Amino acid sequence: MSIGCIYALVALGFVLIYKATEVVNFAQGELMMLGAFLAYTFISILGWNYWAGAAAAIFCMFFIGNFVDRIFLRPVLGQPQFSIVMVTIGFGYMARSGAGMIPGWGTETYAISTPFSSEGMNLVPESVGSLVISQTDLSVIIATVILCAVLYAFFTHTRLGIAMQASSQNQLAAYYMGIPVKAVFSMIWGISAAVAAAAGILLAPTTLIDTSMGFIGLKAFPAAVLGGFGSIPGAVVGGLIIGIIETLAGFYLPPGFKNVAAYVVLLVVLVVRPQGLFGQKTGKRV
Amino acid sequence: MSFFKAENLAINFGGVKAVDGVNFEINKGECFTIIGPNGAGKTTIFNLISRIYDSTEGKMTFDGQDITKVPPHAIASLGIARTFQNIELFEHASVLQNLLVGRHCHSKTNIFSELAFTPSMRRTEIAHREKVEEVIDFLDLQHYRESLIMNLPYGVRKVVELGRALCTEPKLILLDEPSSGLNVEETQDMSFWIDDIKKDLGITVLMVEHDMGLVSEVSDQVLVLNYGRMLAFGSPQDVQNDPEVIKAYLGE
Amino acid sequence: MRFLFKTDYDQDIRIAKHSGYYWSYGLLLLIVIAAPYFLEGYYIGQMTQLYIIAMAGVGLMLLAGYTGLVSLGHAAFFGIGAYTEAVLTSNGVPLPFVEEPVIFPFVISMPLAAIFAALAGVAIGVPVLRLTGIYLAIATFAFALVIEEILSRWESVTNGYTGLLVESLYIGDTELTDGAPFYFLCLGLLVLVILMSINLLRSPTGRAMMAIRDSEVSAQSMGVNLARVKTTAFALSAGITGLAGALFAHKLGFLSPESFTVFQSLELLVLVVVGGIGSLHGAIFGAIFVLALPQGLAILKDYLPTAIAETPGMEPFIFGLILVLVIIFEPYGIYGRWLKIKHYFQMFPVYKKATFKRQKAYMKSERLK
Repeated sequence: MSIGCIYALVALGFVLIYKATEVVNFAQGELMMLGAFLAYTFISILGWNYWAGAAAAIFCMFFIGNFVDRIFLRPVLGQPQFSIVMVTIGFGYMARSGAGMIPGWGTETYAISTPFSSEGMNLVPESVGSLVISQTDLSVIIATVILCAVLYAFFTHTRLGIAMQASSQNQLAAYYMGIPVKAVFSMIWGISAAVAAAAGILLAPTTLIDTSMGFIGLKAFPAAVLGGFGSIPGAVVGGLIIGIIETLAGFYLPPGFKNVAAYVVLLVVLVVRPQGLFGQKTGKRV
Repeated sequence: MSFFKAENLAINFGGVKAVDGVNFEINKGECFTIIGPNGAGKTTIFNLISRIYDSTEGKMTFDGQDITKVPPHAIASLGIARTFQNIELFEHASVLQNLLVGRHCHSKTNIFSELAFTPSMRRTEIAHREKVEEVIDFLDLQHYRESLIMNLPYGVRKVVELGRALCTEPKLILLDEPSSGLNVEETQDMSFWIDDIKKDLGITVLMVEHDMGLVSEVSDQVLVLNYGRMLAFGSPQDVQNDPEVIKAYLGE
Repeated sequence: MRFLFKTDYDQDIRIAKHSGYYWSYGLLLLIVIAAPYFLEGYYIGQMTQLYIIAMAGVGLMLLAGYTGLVSLGHAAFFGIGAYTEAVLTSNGVPLPFVEEPVIFPFVISMPLAAIFAALAGVAIGVPVLRLTGIYLAIATFAFALVIEEILSRWESVTNGYTGLLVESLYIGDTELTDGAPFYFLCLGLLVLVILMSINLLRSPTGRAMMAIRDSEVSAQSMGVNLARVKTTAFALSAGITGLAGALFAHKLGFLSPESFTVFQSLELLVLVVVGGIGSLHGAIFGAIFVLALPQGLAILKDYLPTAIAETPGMEPFIFGLILVLVIIFEPYGIYGRWLKIKHYFQMFPVYKKATFKRQKAYMKSERLK
């Protein structure tokens, strides 16, 4: 369940960027990794309070995301989607190996100490039954719910959110309507990076931090596709489903299936219903 | 027996009736024009004929054959070619290559002879090129022969697209707003070409057009659509004087 | 500046556009044929690897560069080709009516490897015919991950992570899969593949592929059967990559699933992009880049302060950086730059920078309902 939430959060980052800029960010996992490392720096190296460190990491990642957009993506704005995707892949390479080069981070594995215990606690009264969940997992679930709600409200109810949707559909028209498209894009990258950082921090107690933790980002593809690329609630539901499928495959199927179960689901979804669960069917007009 | 016939043609897009019970017949060798305000369903009819969309209801016959269920890629070899409203050329290819793609429906080579480029392959290839050169001569495209489409001005692209449709050696050609985006002079050229296509090449023309000048110059029959329904039908002059049509265009 | 006057249809069809081509490519061919006689063994090995990677690059170029179907899973076809070759020539296959497992000679096993990969290409290509763009990339990506898992788990055939030893091949007493003979085998096959690709691209199917890349709707209206051409492109591309994989199996001599991961897929895609998307030259240039980069960095390391030179991860970092820089500054890759330089000298001294200037582009969504 909690791993599903992590997938959901990373998928959410994908979807945010895709929804607003129509770019599929292959470096989403790397953003998450950077966020986790920043949190590690603040909390474990500098010895800050957990909450302050996490907040600072998320805050920093907002600016890093912004920065990434300005440096790497603005020059290719309006180029074919494929080139932009390649840029994010290139950035992924750089982030992954770059993080390994930073002193103090390196290629080893680290842990962040959290205020959440991994002990189980019962959520429902004993008379009803038992639903045991660890505090760590609970924190992941709660954080996911809050983040999703905030983002959903942002996209549907604020001017900036609507401007973001507009600029994704037609950049030129959005310019004419007075939307600062480039600034909006940088903003969305910032937000997405911040979400990724949150995912990274939440993931840290479960899987530990290292430079290759970004690969979990690849697992978020099935989640995003399952939910229908471009749908925020879809990403969350997709993430949860993928998490559950993986856990079940781990239990009931021979080893090896756990790793690929998500991708098999992804292939099936793409073949049967490419628009995903919540996506809209699209076609080019002539 | 009419050349092309649409009977009770209809299509719904999620409840919206884009085309609703349209009937018309085109005679061989004439220029048939569909006009109507924006969103009247003109291009949708084209997309139905070229089988990009499936019709919800109705039947289309072309040259004595039912084409309502023919797969979209088979339409060209039956003899129907089309152009697009917003130009759908192959941007990264040269004019020559674009026109050669127009010959695709006449090529019957298999992949192995293509990989080996056998002598018979070479012969058919040269035959295709001869045909393409004829079209290039016809439309005066010699100058742009080797240019990439993405470097060409809009007006020339329109002509190239017309040429690509002609390369399929169609019996019926569908022109979707041939004059949109063209200046007065280019529109005049276009009108001559449409006339030549009709008279010299003997190709039947079905056209969607807004420019009434062009319409009255080249059309034999005009069909007026509004909200997917037929509003009026007749010669260009009749239609222009029809009170219903004037109302649809100018309002009450 | 050379002007071409065309007087014959053959001139448009011919591979060489003018006599200069015979000289330049003839010279290149002479050099690569003579190479084993004056180069050291190490460099011959590198050149051989270059040809193999270039062949895989040509395979992906046909699909990604010419048909516009971006595959993020070409390592899967590469791997299928390699494992097929290894199993057929080393372990052999138990067949009915034969007591010993049959070991195939390479003249049969290599085409079989290519065919197997092509079939795999069809197997993934057909279900995803409806997909384009990023969805297709993700689907092929998932496919490659599944294949990778199969390669590591199907231990009775692939030996899993323990690895599979590939036997050397012999014709008479000469070893075919090493040194100069292998060099010529790879070179010959690469030239063959390139010639076939050129032939394809000047034929109806090749043009149909380019038509699909630029506009599916109008390709369809011109009579292009989208399903058939896309499947053909997938099969050819996978087949060529599989053939390259078969050669690669002998080059490595030892196969394990780690050689065919998502990173190899990405590397192939980078090869295509950095080399110059949409040109066969690009595949060759890209292969040179992918191979030369680590070498170049190794040389560079000697001149850098140890603190930087010893840092792990330098190579992927530079790799990513170059990829980003190429896309930002030279969207047509090394081949694009090559054309510009050539053009500069042809037009000297009246070269205009604006000749290749890009128009300002605005992205328009294709998601319209």
